[in-house]
Amino acid sequence: MGTETFLEFEKPIAELEGKIKELRHLADNGEVDIGSEVARLQNRTEQMLQETYSNLSPWQKTQVARHLDRPHFSHYVAALIEGFTPLAGDRLFGDDRAIQGGPGRFRGRSVMVIGHEKGIGTDGRIAHNFGMAHPEGYRKAVRLMHMAEHFQLPILTLVDTQGAYPGVGAEQRGQAEAIARAIEALLEVKVPVVCVVVGEGGSGGAVALAVGNRILMLEHSIYSVISPEGCAAILWRSGDKAREAAEALKLTAQDLFKMRVIDRIISEPTGGAQRHPQEMVRRVGAAIEAAFAELDNEGSDYRASRRQKFLEMGRVGLA
Amino acid sequence: MNWLTNFVRPTLQSLVRKRETPENLWEKCPGCEKMIFHRDLIANLHVCPHCEHHLRFAAKDRLRSMYDRGEFQLLTVPGVPTDPLKFRDTKRYSDRLKENRTKTGDDDSMLVAAGAMGGMNVVTAIQNFAFLGGSLGMAGGEGMITAAKAAIDRKAPLLAISASGGARMQEGILSLMQMPRTTLALSMVREAGLPYFVLLTDPTTGGVAASFAMLGDVAIAEPGAMIAFTGQRVIENTIKEKLPAGFQTAEYLVEHGMIDLVVHRRDLRDTLIRLFDLLMNRARKAAADGESVAIPQIGYAGANDAEGVKRAAE
Repeated sequence: MGTETFLEFEKPIAELEGKIKELRHLADNGEVDIGSEVARLQNRTEQMLQETYSNLSPWQKTQVARHLDRPHFSHYVAALIEGFTPLAGDRLFGDDRAIQGGPGRFRGRSVMVIGHEKGIGTDGRIAHNFGMAHPEGYRKAVRLMHMAEHFQLPILTLVDTQGAYPGVGAEQRGQAEAIARAIEALLEVKVPVVCVVVGEGGSGGAVALAVGNRILMLEHSIYSVISPEGCAAILWRSGDKAREAAEALKLTAQDLFKMRVIDRIISEPTGGAQRHPQEMVRRVGAAIEAAFAELDNEGSDYRASRRQKFLEMGRVGLA
Repeated sequence: MNWLTNFVRPTLQSLVRKRETPENLWEKCPGCEKMIFHRDLIANLHVCPHCEHHLRFAAKDRLRSMYDRGEFQLLTVPGVPTDPLKFRDTKRYSDRLKENRTKTGDDDSMLVAAGAMGGMNVVTAIQNFAFLGGSLGMAGGEGMITAAKAAIDRKAPLLAISASGGARMQEGILSLMQMPRTTLALSMVREAGLPYFVLLTDPTTGGVAASFAMLGDVAIAEPGAMIAFTGQRVIENTIKEKLPAGFQTAEYLVEHGMIDLVVHRRDLRDTLIRLFDLLMNRARKAAADGESVAIPQIGYAGANDAEGVKRAAE
């Protein structure tokens, strides 16, 4: 199992895994032979994970999407992008490590990869500001989008943010404008754009990197106009109603697929991406390859087709 | 005549009148707290005659104050599906919509107007804060697309007037998608060589600030307008610090290089006419040279068929 951090609704699973550990400990001491008992418990755990994860509520999915052990930008890039070279800075104010980006090679093609990085471990999370970008981050992204356009590199974005950072400096330096320019740049470029929401797609800070010809989401990721907590605070006037807000917002990959806002759901291994990060990265790689291959066959006017896609959004196929 | 008309109504009316009379004729300025005679307020374009505070200005009154002789035409915006999420918080979203439609007499928070300013054709997309806080939903996105299309068809500049708390939460992800959709609309206006201006009015925040409202070729704000991505309460809760004086006001933004001009309401019309006239240079030259500017196509199933869209929504 790839995670030691259990979510609240995973309590029964945590207990089972605890028992397995105990038994193993006893076996290691040569006290008893517990092979069959461990196998039985493992089966039971697997079954429970399967059941739990095929019936996650929107609020539970929100927690899974935010799980600290889910693979991040850096994991995907390390496994999927050869020669990835992160480029820094917006040439105006500074470098924002909440957004990473640079050129690299994905299965034979040169691409520009841009995404949010929430950071790993406490120090990492602080260094990357928990994936909450300042205007510098979005402006760096715009610079890289223009570079991709100039050198004809397809763009791949990985979306994973709670939202853009709400702070004084961010506002002073034009957070709203920076986000708007990123959206604009993604609508302008003529190269193909593939976006993957790998964890949390939080509001404007997420859509700034999520305007693509193909938009994919991981099975237990979320993508929403506002966090359930924020929505609850405003509409229910109580942060305790986040569960209800998560339901009402229809923020799951399954909901978005039904509304035709996204193109494809990438299934997660049993128990979520956090339990089998390598397998998750492999599946995401396959999905990205398929998306680029589809776009290769589709023709050349990627800007026009991207615009058309967004014009039709909410107009076509909405029940 | 019965008990209702003879007794209940007069009683109700007297109650209402007692409360309404002073409030209706006199309004308290939120800036200096002095009382303003209502007629003076109207004559002064809803600007306080004592302290120049710019009060909120209803969308249609504002349009009348800007177009020549106060004349403009409201363009029809194609209908959109109502309440696609079947959203319900403490109240049903569909009920909130109904209430706001009754209150304002409009279908949604964004109106699209066309008419002449200084004899020049100008298309305006304007948000009405009185309608669900001016929030941007699918109808608003459709409004911007309609406005962009009208501007391109008429070879007219486009003006967006923002007044909004941001994206409309009750439409979930579909409201967030209006950020790229509105951006797309104005990109096409820009590609046609036509000026796109924004007038930021109080308040302009969230997803509206982070899309079409911050992308004007020229960005003008009204004095004192609150312009922000994140609201002050949220920032204070995050950083646990007091915010600087005048933070996120129009004046603060102009000082930080985020917008071009802060213009008093009485000078707005002249400023717009002057700048539009100057920047229509390219479009006029193209027309004089007999060049047909490549008009970007804004088309999709049912774009000009409001009925078709409504049918599809059922």
